[in-house]
Order: sequence, then structure tokens, then C-alpha cells
Amino acid sequence: MLLQKEMIAAHYRRLEQAPETGEPVVYTFVPGNLTELIRSFGALPVLPEINALQSAMRGKSQAYIAAAERSGHSEDVCSYVKCDVGMLRSGNVGPTGTRLPKPDLLLLSYTGCFTFMKWFELLREEYGCPTVFLHVPYQADGRETPEQRAYVTRQIREELLPALERVTGRRYDEDRLRQSLAISASSEDDLVAVLESAKRRPSPIDAYFGAVYYVGPIFSAFRGTEDGARYYAALRGEVEERASQGLGPLTPSGPLDRQKYRLVVEGPPNWTHFRDFWRMFSDEGAVVVASTYTKVGGTYDGGFRHDPADPLGTLADYCSGCYTNLSLPARVEMLVRYVREYDADGFLIHSVKSCNSFSAGQLTILRAVERQTGVPGAFIESDLVDARYFSPANLKTRLESYFQMIDARRAGARA
Amino acid sequence: MTSRRAALVDWAHGAAEDFEFTAAREWIAERAGRKAAGYLPVYAPREVIRASSLLPVGVHGAGEQIEIIRGDAFYQSYICHLPRSVIELAQSGRLSFLSAMLFPSTCDVIRNLSGVWQLLYPDLYVRYLDLPQVFDPHLSLEFWAGEIRRLAADLGAVSGAPATDRTWREAIASQNRARALIRALYQVRRESPERVPTEELFLMLRAGEVVPVEVFIEKMEEYLAETEESPGPPRDRARVIVVGAFCEQPPLGLIKTIERAGCSIVDDDFLLGNRLLGDDVPTDGDPVVALAEAFLRNARATSTVYEPDPAAKRELMRRRAEASGADGIVFAAASFCDPALLDRPMLRAGAEAAGIPCIAFQFAENTGQFQQFREQAGTFADSIKLWGPGQ
Repeated sequence: MLLQKEMIAAHYRRLEQAPETGEPVVYTFVPGNLTELIRSFGALPVLPEINALQSAMRGKSQAYIAAAERSGHSEDVCSYVKCDVGMLRSGNVGPTGTRLPKPDLLLLSYTGCFTFMKWFELLREEYGCPTVFLHVPYQADGRETPEQRAYVTRQIREELLPALERVTGRRYDEDRLRQSLAISASSEDDLVAVLESAKRRPSPIDAYFGAVYYVGPIFSAFRGTEDGARYYAALRGEVEERASQGLGPLTPSGPLDRQKYRLVVEGPPNWTHFRDFWRMFSDEGAVVVASTYTKVGGTYDGGFRHDPADPLGTLADYCSGCYTNLSLPARVEMLVRYVREYDADGFLIHSVKSCNSFSAGQLTILRAVERQTGVPGAFIESDLVDARYFSPANLKTRLESYFQMIDARRAGARA
Repeated sequence: MTSRRAALVDWAHGAAEDFEFTAAREWIAERAGRKAAGYLPVYAPREVIRASSLLPVGVHGAGEQIEIIRGDAFYQSYICHLPRSVIELAQSGRLSFLSAMLFPSTCDVIRNLSGVWQLLYPDLYVRYLDLPQVFDPHLSLEFWAGEIRRLAADLGAVSGAPATDRTWREAIASQNRARALIRALYQVRRESPERVPTEELFLMLRAGEVVPVEVFIEKMEEYLAETEESPGPPRDRARVIVVGAFCEQPPLGLIKTIERAGCSIVDDDFLLGNRLLGDDVPTDGDPVVALAEAFLRNARATSTVYEPDPAAKRELMRRRAEASGADGIVFAAASFCDPALLDRPMLRAGAEAAGIPCIAFQFAENTGQFQQFREQAGTFADSIKLWGPGQ
């Protein structure tokens, strides 16, 4: 955790100094982020969703959302967008308190979320900088077709590489990219080992609340970097050590060694009350053993690894496979697999108002997973970074009822 | 209004609000083996469906006519109304006559609705249409033409009568004619709004989504002739564009309310897919390439497709106001409509920078109370007439 904090703080400091150091800055999104490629041009990535969620965890998002709504943004739309726009209008001071630089390029990796398109059109209005649109087709049939792969690869080669060359003043260096991709693959191995440690009893990790910290570096600025590789090697060692000692994860309620409920969770967490939300689970002895949110930046546990032998093709594969770019049947398949492989007692959907990419269709997913697995499902609602939609009493009551339902099922099964 | 015109409007009203889809069912029943394919808003290439021997049927929600009994169990309160009424239509058996369903890349809700369909109706042909968002002509043409070819092949398998050179050309020609008539109707309304009340235009367009194109062409030709025969009296109204209702459609009462509150609608986004292609599609050469190029070269700017030119986004409202002679803009988006609501700050800023007055409100397809809209639209019309450009 300390290592990650230092890495993030150093990255934000470097971003603040970018106007002086001359390091180019590329804004992009978590799903379909091409961090290795951006960094191979000596540029620094900025991820607006990360800024929004970090702002919410530090209690800053509400003022930013209010600023955006005052400027004409609807209450009905994504709170990440409004938090980001409000932050920009309030001086563009990032969550760690350092000023964020203007982008030299907006790289819109259009992967799994329609709102991304509008978000970058809005940012383009503010910054007036070049924008590259990388259209990643939706995996409606549950797989990437050769035509889709060729389409994305050609866009990277013919649109993105020249744009990065223009903005950074550097030539595309494929060897440098390959080296970075090899590092990524190693970090991905480590991350998968960490996530799959939750198959043990007790689980040494919480694969939702705890795992958002674990995926932080690989989803943001550090995939393919030496710092990232060090972090994941250390994390894997630490988790394996905890597992060997039979320890559970550290939670806001303390160490969770006695785990009463093993859950699979679908949907992103709430960030404004993150620890309070987590405590609603940990106080009840509930540990999350697998989650889909930790796959929005890559579905590595499905077998994908960045492949240095095919640098541009592997980037296309990566973009296509991110969780929210998958069809609903593919999402159901993943969730059913999780329930079975992680031997879960229940399946919970946390639906957020802001994100239609996740939320639309979740009630159908709930019924499909329940039908296929037989484990009880539950549905709770709040939002990403808009605290107005986080109702602690309501959530706590629903969760407590849900845990009682699991108990009743167990009692019924024993009888 | 002449009796002929009244009969045409009645016909359109009946077809538009017929959620048993009688016209489509009758077309299918006329000949053994006939089938139909549904499509969601905003844009699906109807030519591909028709060339593949299927009847295209627009599924644009159920307005305020159908009580939602099952649909609310599928969608949270913070998701727009359209998918729940579409699910209601399906779950109540009203869409059982469809052999295929197409879901264009309008937004994440419609995208995920394709997945809901895959899960609920595994035996039906379900297709997500990924419209090209990249405007490099080579990249996007290859991609979109490939998508159209695959769709045509699949639909041909569904119908059992794959597209031929003849059916392609007939389908393109009939859609060209339909689009030309729609353009002509918009022109008449633009030039003389009193000749074409928007409630009538809206009903004609909505009927056109659910009847065979030949029927629509015949009725539109008659209706256009009637607009010459029976113009209403000129009225002193504010000329407005209604922007943002391209997917979930407003209730008819809202359109009437805007026009009765002192506005004449001279341009709009209603059922935009029927005229998204701004020009005729060539009927010679490779029909797939022709159709793909028509989208890439002549598609109207819309919130559901990426706008590569930042200046164009800022200029769009001014250009539309100039082209239609509008005095003001009414931003009317469906509640929770991401494309329209996320676009609105940009479009409104561009409009206001050009000195064009704007108001904004939100609706749902089943909105039943219009007093608030009447007050807003009436005040807006008054303010334009008192203090607007040219006063």
C-alpha cells in the first residue's frame, strides 16, 4: 500500500511539473488504455475516471458535481463526467492536491462506454487540443472477430501512431514497446495470482474493496513500467504470505479471518463512502471473492496477456476484451464461472446510477446468474461519486436482509 | 382541413399508436414465408433488411399507450423509459411476429438491450450494429461495408431469400423515395409552418416506421398534396427547433403543447434515423459500398455519432437555425438520455454564443402532464417575440 501511494504521488508530482519538464501528457480512459504505447513515446497518461474516484474518496466530488450542474450539466448523467468537468472549472487541481497539466492529446479509447465519447468531446471544448478516436467494436457475439481486430490494429497503426509522433516529437519505437509489453505480461501474471488467491478458505484478499487498490497501478499509469512490476511482485509475495498463514484480508473492521459469507460482486463500488460501504460487508463477516469491476481494465484472469511478439495486435485484443466491452451473455458466463470456481455463497449486484454501461440490463443478469447457479442474488443501488445517491441506512438494511437470507438457505440445506 | 387530409392523419394516428403492429402482421400473412425484422433507434439501414426480403419495422417504444407491467422489473428508475416499454412490448407478445431484432450503437442502454434480448430470446436473430465512429474514409468504409455485408448475409439466412442485385436496387430506390418525401415535407413545414402542424408530421413519420415503405410513399405523396390544398392561416409564432428527441420519442401531447403555446416547430430530431442519410444512395455500382459511403459522407450530425470537428459541434445549432429560419432552440431530451444530455451543454453554448435563445426541459415517452411545458414554451415564445433577434 505504501509503495503504491508513493508511486501515485510521484506520478502526480511529475504531471504537475510536466509544463516545465516538457513531458507530453495524454489523457485517456481506463478501459482500453494503451499505457505501454503512450509511455513508449515518453508521454505521461492521465486517467479522468481515476481523478474522479480519487476526488470522491477525498470528499471533493460533491463540490465539483455542483459546479458542473451549475454550468448546465444534467443531474441525470454520469457523475464521473461532472466531477471531472467541475474539477477542471475549479482550477484543475488533482485529488492529491497538485495541479494537473493540460493534455497534449486526448486519446479516446472508445471501449465499452458510450459516455467516453461525449466526455472527450466536452474536454476537447475546454482544452482545444488534438483528439484521436480509437473505435473498439463491441463484442456483441462474445468474441473478437478477425475483422474487428484488423480494424482496431489499423486505427492504432494509421491514426494513433502518427498522432503520438506529432505530439511527442518522437518516432515510434517498437522495441521499446515490446519491452514494456513483456513487463506488463509479468505484472498480469502476478495480479491474476493475487486475484485467484481468493479461491482459498479463508480468502487472503477482498476481491472487490481490497482489489480496487490492487488493480490501481495496472489500470492506470503503471502497466508496463518497472515500478508497476515491482509493485505486483511485492503484492503477490505479501498475499501468498498471508494465504500461507491462513489469514484473511485487512478491512475497515480489522482482519477478516472468520469469513461467514463468500460473495461475487458485479458493478463498480461507491467511492464517496468507500470505507463505510466496505464496513457494511466486513462487519457481517462477508468477503468478496471475485468481482467484475476489477476486470474493467482487462480480463487477465480469462487468460489474456499482453504479447510482446505482436505489439499492435495485442493492444487491439486488450481493448476488445475489457469487461464492459463484453456482451451480456459473456458477462453472465463470467459471473457464473466466478460463483462456481470461487465457491460463493451469494451473488450481489451493486448498481450505480451513473454508469449505463454496467447498469442497463443488470436485473436480467441477476436472474440469469441465479437461474444457472442456484445461489441467491441481491441488488443494491447507489452511485459512483455523487453522494446524494448513497443511502447508508437503506443499503445496510438490504445487506443485512440478504445475509439473513443466505443463512436461511444454509439452514434449509442442512435440514 | 379537408376530409381527405383528416383521413390521412387518422390513418397515420392509427398506425403510429397500433402497438399490435397490425400492418406488419398483415403484410407477413399475405404470403407464406414472409418475415419481418425489428430495429431500435436511431439509425439502422432499412435497405439491408428489405433487400434481404424482410419487412423493416421500427420499434420506438410504446409512448403513453401501453401500461408498463413487466418492463419495470427489468430496468432501474435511473434508466430512460424506452427500454422498459420495448421490453413490455416483447414480454406481452406484441413483438412475437419479428424474426430478427437489430440494435444500433445509439448508447449503452440500447447496446445492453441487445444483450437482454440475447438472454431472453436465444432463438431469435439478434444483432448489435456498431456504426463506424472513425471518419478516415478507408478505415471506416472497410469496417462498415463489412458489417453491412455480414448483416445482409445473416438476414438472408433468416428470410431464406438472400439479397440479390435486383432486391438491393429496389430497396435502395424505395428508401431514396421515402427520404425524398420526408425532406419535402420538412421543407414545406420550414417554409410555411401553418401548412404542416408538427403533430401531423410526427404521426406520418411514426406511421412510416411500421408500415411497408410502399404504403408510406403512397400516403406521404397524398399528404404532401393535401398540404397545398388546405393551408392553415398564417400565425404569429416563434419559430423553434426541437433538439434532442432522436431516440425516445416525445408524447404527442408534448408536441401539441409546444405548438399551441406559441411556437412553430421548423426543425426537429424526431425519428431521426429515417432521414439520417442526407442524400440519395446511388442505385448503381456495389450497393453495399454505396450504402456504407452514404452513411460516411452524408449522415447528419447527431449526438450518437462522434463529431471529429470541434468547430462543427459549436456551429451546429447556428447552422441549423440559419437553415430553418429558427428564432430559438428548445432542448427537449428524454430523461436519462446520455447522448442528448451530455451534448446539451456544448450545443447550447454554441447556440448562445451565436445569440440564439434557448430553453431546455426533459420528458419521458409516457409523460402525461404538460402544464409545465406549456408555461415554459409559452414564456419562451413570448420572450422571443418581445426581445428576440430582429425585435
